[in-house]
Amino acid sequence: MTKALLGKKIGMTQIFDEAGVLVPVTVLQVGPCFVVQVKNDREGSCKAVQIGFDERKRKNTPRPQLGHFDKARVDPRRVLRDVEPEDGAELEPGQSLGAEVFSGIEFVDVTGISKGRGFAGVIKRHGFHGGPASHGSQTHRRPGSIGPGTSPGRVFKGKKLPGHMGAERVTVRNLRVARVEEGRNLILVRGAVPGHNGGYVLVRKTKAVHAKG
Amino acid sequence: MARKKTETKQPRQLKGQDLLRSVENGSLRSDVPDFKAGDTLEVGMKIREGDNERVQVFSGICIGRKGSGVRETFTVRRIVQGEGVERIFPLHCPSIAHIKVQRRGKARRAKLNYLRGRSQRAARLKERTPRQKK
Repeated sequence: MTKALLGKKIGMTQIFDEAGVLVPVTVLQVGPCFVVQVKNDREGSCKAVQIGFDERKRKNTPRPQLGHFDKARVDPRRVLRDVEPEDGAELEPGQSLGAEVFSGIEFVDVTGISKGRGFAGVIKRHGFHGGPASHGSQTHRRPGSIGPGTSPGRVFKGKKLPGHMGAERVTVRNLRVARVEEGRNLILVRGAVPGHNGGYVLVRKTKAVHAKG
Repeated sequence: MARKKTETKQPRQLKGQDLLRSVENGSLRSDVPDFKAGDTLEVGMKIREGDNERVQVFSGICIGRKGSGVRETFTVRRIVQGEGVERIFPLHCPSIAHIKVQRRGKARRAKLNYLRGRSQRAARLKERTPRQKK
């Protein structure tokens, strides 16, 4: 067992829980993930396992990687990632991991690449309020003043200005696991997950310490 | 230098939106009667009061259905003490005890929002009778 798995965001939907409450959920397909390599330290204890997810045709795989996959006797995979193994877990190359990793787990963290917004202005990017829409106003979506004058005579570093937004690594912590379907390797987590449908995500048993039970 | 296939082929799996649909299908109710806008419905909602559960009935005219899949809802309108009251129910909500169609109304559109502006007499709909084959 590992502490994390690679997966794919399928999309969002709603389900009814036991109390009949409608819960917004994101469906994630985690696995089958295959152990490609087990990385031990000098004492021989396992420090990391490399897992691979999603099928890839042999002809589209770089030759050096083919050798790597063949060594583990695993068909080529699209994504490779090192993940931490569970303490005392026995893992071997070629082993398949699926949604059963998360059965009984209440909260997970999900990491993904957020949707790219391109070059975005300050209203979209930083939540500025913008200028008045009417009454002769000519500043509608502009940032306004970006600092004092002669002293300091420069713009402070980190000033919130327009620029590229999104398409970056984002982790959402503490998402409640609503359901685990081991047969189809699906987990349903409450709430939204970064990235677009079909995007790759890393699902990890949560690191956050939370008060709520 | 084709090496032997190292794993057994998985059965063909659903992908993307089809997979999402199949997850939704698991929470659909199968006992939803066939009804449409204009029909008079009686909807029983399970209500928990402490430990015991009872069924509260709300009946009125269905003035529309909206959405699809698990997200589908329907609106029921009735007049309570001279005041129009509308309730929106999720069609597949497990706390609905029953939906009974009491009368089939004849409506020529899918959303009967025009009933809102009408008095009780003007808001009556003719009964729909199944068309006979000649």
